[in-house]
Amino acid sequence: MSSVTTGVPPGPGTVPPARKPRGRRTVLGTRPWVAAVFLLPALALLGALVVYPIGWSVHRSLFDASGDGFVGLDNYHEVFSDDRIRTALKNNVIWVVVAPSIATVLGLIFAVLTERVRWGTAFKMIVFMPMAISMLAAGIIFRLVYEQDPDRGVANAVWVGIHDTFSDPAPYPGARPRPNGDLAAASDGSFTSKTVLRQGSPAAVPLVAVKPEDAKGARDAAPARPESGKVTGTVWLDFVRGGGGTAGRIDQGEKALSGITVQAVKDGRTVASATTAADGTFTLPAKADGARLRLPAGNFAERYRGAEWLGPTLVTPSIIGAYIWMWAGFAMVLIAAGLAGVPRELLEAARVDGANEWQVFRRVTVPLLAPVLGVVVITLVINVLKIFDLVYIIAPGSSLPDANVLALQLYQSSFGTAVNQGLGSAIAVLLLLLVLPVVIVNIRRMRKERRR
Amino acid sequence: MTTADPLTGAPAPSVGAVRRRRSLPARLASRLGGGVTRFFLVAVGLFWLMPTVGLLLSSLRDRSDIAASGWWKVFSHPGQLTTSSYDTLFHNDKVMHSLLTTTFITVPATVLVILVGAFAGYAFAWLDFPGRDWWFMAVVALLVVPVQVALIPVAKLFNTLGIFETTVGVVLFHTAFGLPFAIFLLRNFFAEIPRELLEAARLDGAGEFRLFFRVVLPLGGPAIASLGIFQFLWVWNDMLVGLIFADSGNPPITVALQQQVRQFGDNVDILASGAFLSMIVPLAVFFAFQRQFVSGVMAGAVK
Repeated sequence: MSSVTTGVPPGPGTVPPARKPRGRRTVLGTRPWVAAVFLLPALALLGALVVYPIGWSVHRSLFDASGDGFVGLDNYHEVFSDDRIRTALKNNVIWVVVAPSIATVLGLIFAVLTERVRWGTAFKMIVFMPMAISMLAAGIIFRLVYEQDPDRGVANAVWVGIHDTFSDPAPYPGARPRPNGDLAAASDGSFTSKTVLRQGSPAAVPLVAVKPEDAKGARDAAPARPESGKVTGTVWLDFVRGGGGTAGRIDQGEKALSGITVQAVKDGRTVASATTAADGTFTLPAKADGARLRLPAGNFAERYRGAEWLGPTLVTPSIIGAYIWMWAGFAMVLIAAGLAGVPRELLEAARVDGANEWQVFRRVTVPLLAPVLGVVVITLVINVLKIFDLVYIIAPGSSLPDANVLALQLYQSSFGTAVNQGLGSAIAVLLLLLVLPVVIVNIRRMRKERRR
Repeated sequence: MTTADPLTGAPAPSVGAVRRRRSLPARLASRLGGGVTRFFLVAVGLFWLMPTVGLLLSSLRDRSDIAASGWWKVFSHPGQLTTSSYDTLFHNDKVMHSLLTTTFITVPATVLVILVGAFAGYAFAWLDFPGRDWWFMAVVALLVVPVQVALIPVAKLFNTLGIFETTVGVVLFHTAFGLPFAIFLLRNFFAEIPRELLEAARLDGAGEFRLFFRVVLPLGGPAIASLGIFQFLWVWNDMLVGLIFADSGNPPITVALQQQVRQFGDNVDILASGAFLSMIVPLAVFFAFQRQFVSGVMAGAVK
């Protein structure tokens, strides 16, 4: 099987170095017009569709929405003062800081770990594959992943699963005491009795609004027996299927509610607590005498529905997650190629000198990989600055303003309903300025390689 | 595998001269480390596959099932598997036609970039003209220009030329923005052609164009393949350029699907099956031409 990495030129250098000139490379006898003919189509296209637009955008960014009034740098001022665009700027900063670094670190980890595993190639293929698909397809994939309902979205299904493993779900979500009864609701969702508990007179705690599936298979409720030296009571579902029965009394066929936590509270302090048995009864020690009965909110909390991945607060991190899914493979493949060029003797020499594996990795491997890591990070930063499709597809309309990024704002300013192409051009120029340092670095590198 | 692992240090047989005796705990730790590594990689691999599998399985359930429960339910209810979403998709003329449009955009944009890029790459590698290296550097500098800079002005330009919202316009735009990378890649590759080969062809009396088409272009095969795969995937997967420059009544597949995303829940059947259909071509290209794709990606790292 062909490997993901076999087609890769050796060595950490990822861009084929410009070769040093071997004298005049010109084929003998070329006439000057020939070069012009060969270059013309490329230069015409580049000139008209790449270079000219740069000048046009710079010029246009100095004019207002209509394009007639010269406004100087006002559009740029607006970029930094308009709330929506500031959100976009802030998000772009988050993107640039978070996405490339996480993707690169993951790529490094994967590249190092797959080196020794026989099926490393298969792993690399799986992780690299998302690079081949469109951001639109990836966006639809992650819309499905991030569905809010844990029964549909896999992210919340897993998240709720983890959550419920570490905290017991409430036994009767949504249930409450019969209204106008003895128990009054508190603001925290708990219920406290108005009367106090007494030894020898069992408390009756009728609940309603229990979901049928939660009470399925419950035993019939039994009135608690008075016991000396104890405070007793019954919690039950005060509802008979088909109607009938008396409110507040345990009628024939009414179901016991087991597993409910009851507390005895004196002066705001919990003095005793118990859990109802299968027949709905509970028994509290004598010190509960004179206390008020409380049913904590934990009994009735709605089922945990998971995180709102695409809500206003989490939407940007969620989309960054989708981006990392797509691009960690890119980092991995480049770093793996660089790793293949690291001389084994250096690593072995460090080991012989007594370095442990972490030190070898930290002090030898990573520094040798530094140029590759640099290229990976720079590439991802440029890529992330222009991010558009993923945000546009994944963010639902309601949280699109919170997920805003520069490229999206540019699109909306230039082609939406409220068009201001002056502002759109200013954003375009800003994007260009942000990638400009990379151009300079690139040219420097090329000239250096040429001089070698 | 003959290489030493930089993390857990399985000794490399190739450097046997410096093989050390290792204590029992060290060997145990290495074993255990290997197991943990494998477990970790398997877990990550499954994790990475899951979103795609989720899309595939979602596309194979009908809309009411998708609305009611997650795709993993098909493992316990295999009877839910159905091609009804694909039936709906295949009867949706707009989406099906958009696949054709995507092809009509992608193929010419790929061929043109190769041709025009090879012309210029050859000129930069082998022809002599004043300021050649400066021109080449200027072209390379254009590598990172964001397409966003050109959207408004080129829309105006195309409007004037009467090719706004036409396939021709989309093709030209993609060609122009693919050129810096194409020229960069091909010039560096062509520069490696042995001088003697070209001189021999010239002595045989080949003219400029014959030399280019019969000698240079065939020798550029590997680089052209990388470039072609890269550009093909780039254009096939594009949405932004299509969104602005393509005919919105006859858009490429990405735009056709994007138009349905705002009613995600209502269109989830078409979106899931359509997204998967749109992925088939790039995935096939990816698996068939992995090597070329990877070397293209590596060469074009800074795009």
